[in-house]
Amino acid sequence: MALLEVRDLHVGIEGCEILRGLDLAVNAGEVHAIMGPNGSGKSTLSHVISGKPGYQVNAGQILFNGEDLLAMEASERATRGVFLAFQYPVEIPGATTMNFLRAALNAQRKARTQTEFSTPDFIKRVREVANSLNIPQSMLKRGLNVGFSGGEKKRNEILQMALLEPSLCILDEIDSGLDIDALRIVAGGINSLRSSERAMIVISHYRRLLDYIVPDVVHVMSKGQIRKSGGKELALELEACGYAQFEDAA
Amino acid sequence: MKQVMTKTVAGRATDDVFAAAHGRLPGSGLVAHIRARAFEAYQRAGLPHRRIEAWKYTDLRTLIGAVLPLAPRPDAAALMRAAVSVKQTAVDRAVKLVLVDGIFAPELSDVDSLEDGVDVWSLREVLEDTTDSAMAGLVLSTTTDAVISLNAAMATDGFVITIAEGEAVKRPIQIVHVATGSLVSNFTRSYLQLGQGAHAAVVESFVSAEGASGYQTNDATIALVGDEASLSHIRLASDAADAVNISSSIIAVGAKAKLDFFSMTCSGSVSRYQGFVTLTGEGSKLSANAVNLIRHKQHVDTTMVVDHAVPHCTSREKFRAVIDECGRSVLQGRIVVRPGAQKTDATLTTRALLLSDEARADNKPELEILADDVTCGHGSTSGALDGALVFYLRARGLSEKDAQALLIGAFLGEAIEEIVPESLRDFVTAQTEHWMQARR
Repeated sequence: MALLEVRDLHVGIEGCEILRGLDLAVNAGEVHAIMGPNGSGKSTLSHVISGKPGYQVNAGQILFNGEDLLAMEASERATRGVFLAFQYPVEIPGATTMNFLRAALNAQRKARTQTEFSTPDFIKRVREVANSLNIPQSMLKRGLNVGFSGGEKKRNEILQMALLEPSLCILDEIDSGLDIDALRIVAGGINSLRSSERAMIVISHYRRLLDYIVPDVVHVMSKGQIRKSGGKELALELEACGYAQFEDAA
Repeated sequence: MKQVMTKTVAGRATDDVFAAAHGRLPGSGLVAHIRARAFEAYQRAGLPHRRIEAWKYTDLRTLIGAVLPLAPRPDAAALMRAAVSVKQTAVDRAVKLVLVDGIFAPELSDVDSLEDGVDVWSLREVLEDTTDSAMAGLVLSTTTDAVISLNAAMATDGFVITIAEGEAVKRPIQIVHVATGSLVSNFTRSYLQLGQGAHAAVVESFVSAEGASGYQTNDATIALVGDEASLSHIRLASDAADAVNISSSIIAVGAKAKLDFFSMTCSGSVSRYQGFVTLTGEGSKLSANAVNLIRHKQHVDTTMVVDHAVPHCTSREKFRAVIDECGRSVLQGRIVVRPGAQKTDATLTTRALLLSDEARADNKPELEILADDVTCGHGSTSGALDGALVFYLRARGLSEKDAQALLIGAFLGEAIEEIVPESLRDFVTAQTEHWMQARR
């Protein structure tokens, strides 16, 4: 059984259909890249899997470990192990990064009937992970993402991923807004989280990211469907030919 | 032609309340004369109503209808019930001064542990003794506001607190107002004077004992902050759910002095805090923040008038309201810059967060600038929680209510983070978390 199975998914927003019969299966231990032009439905797919309100699922199924993900609230999906690294992480003035991390971590542990972290254990754990991602301690004391550079915001997303230890990570255009050094750090963090129990879906326009995070499978998405799937070499083909051939095929 | 005044039923009822209370009110001669004048001033205006601009959104004629009879003196049973509430509301390390049903309760207070340089008298004691017209005028001072006049006419007790020049008071002074009765009114008044260079923190808490309901509180604080002095004045109102609390402050801040004011109202059916702060000495600074936490059908009004009377003064005001269910918030602020008060630097922001479709917020910031070399600004927003923020938190595993609580805490944090001393910040934060906990 695949960790994530998307079957014939049809999704619309305000009457406009975006996903038009999408199928996808991701096994534990695999990294899948989804590439496609703007408007192809990549972010919509990530939002629908993670439970963002506002979308109408008109048909299809999303199974996670065999369970119906669409029947769960966003927070329940998160506590079951679904993690979305946002393309544009929000800013919350007045809530420190540290307090937010603690609230999130303990909410998940509580939902899994695990003991909540004590303050010293939590601080120790955050510091370890932050150091591994070159995140300064001063950043953790600031308002969540407030005044963070693009690179800092993305590193903060990876920090959350590392702390929450999800089994499915969806990285929605994690490379946007990153310079080459930040991209290396973020990709390094993501690679360090690859494991045989964890699956990742990396969504991107560009092949550059896939030089750092080498996928097992590459999917080309266009007009709300997966048009072609292949190995990592498919990304090279895309760079050479562009997305036009897949849009024409739609 | 002689004018004939007709009175409403409520107006006549208030006359009866004053007449019945007359024999119990402390002070005679000069004090009684001042009280009678204050009551006449109240009678001319009556309970404030919506046609008075400052009370446009809090029409007491509609909301409360009438003034209730004066609360009886608390008996031993009332004092015992009050003691429980005092204990629950006590601020860590604070010196407590307790008023039960508007009467000083020495047995529940810490008057023996006052620090050197701090003198405290019961207002009753001062009014019964004074023949000093200046002192009587100060402690019973009023504005044109009718509820302050009524307070001067009816005040049963309170405190006169003086802090000597240069004294830095280490422990906060906490005035605890406890109501134990039902369908009665309490009138309290305190006078606070900080000498030159003195520093102190004063917390005013309004609470109820078990079984108290439907009572009305009318409190007033008169404060003089001396030159180069600093006062942290914190007001926390958590009355019974069906109580009415009208509190007023009249504060004058001297040269190079600092006033840090914070108000939080998190209960009561009708509440209004109104502050009248005058920056009277050059180089003085005001930081005034307020938080209204509102649910059910509660009506909470925070109104502040900051008067820049002299040049080179600074004021910063941040008002925040969180409104759930059918609650209603009123946030009004007026900044007045007098002619000649050049180099005034003043800002005011009012922000309301509406958690339900039925919640209502009225924000009214105003500037009245009569000088030409000033920096003044105001801003006002009202809106619901940002769905994108809620989803971000939910995608990390927080429940809907927990996500909302974190965002509300962040919203309020902007006003709470400036409370001094810092030790009181945690106390206030705990109160807001308690309020949010009740929503879950």
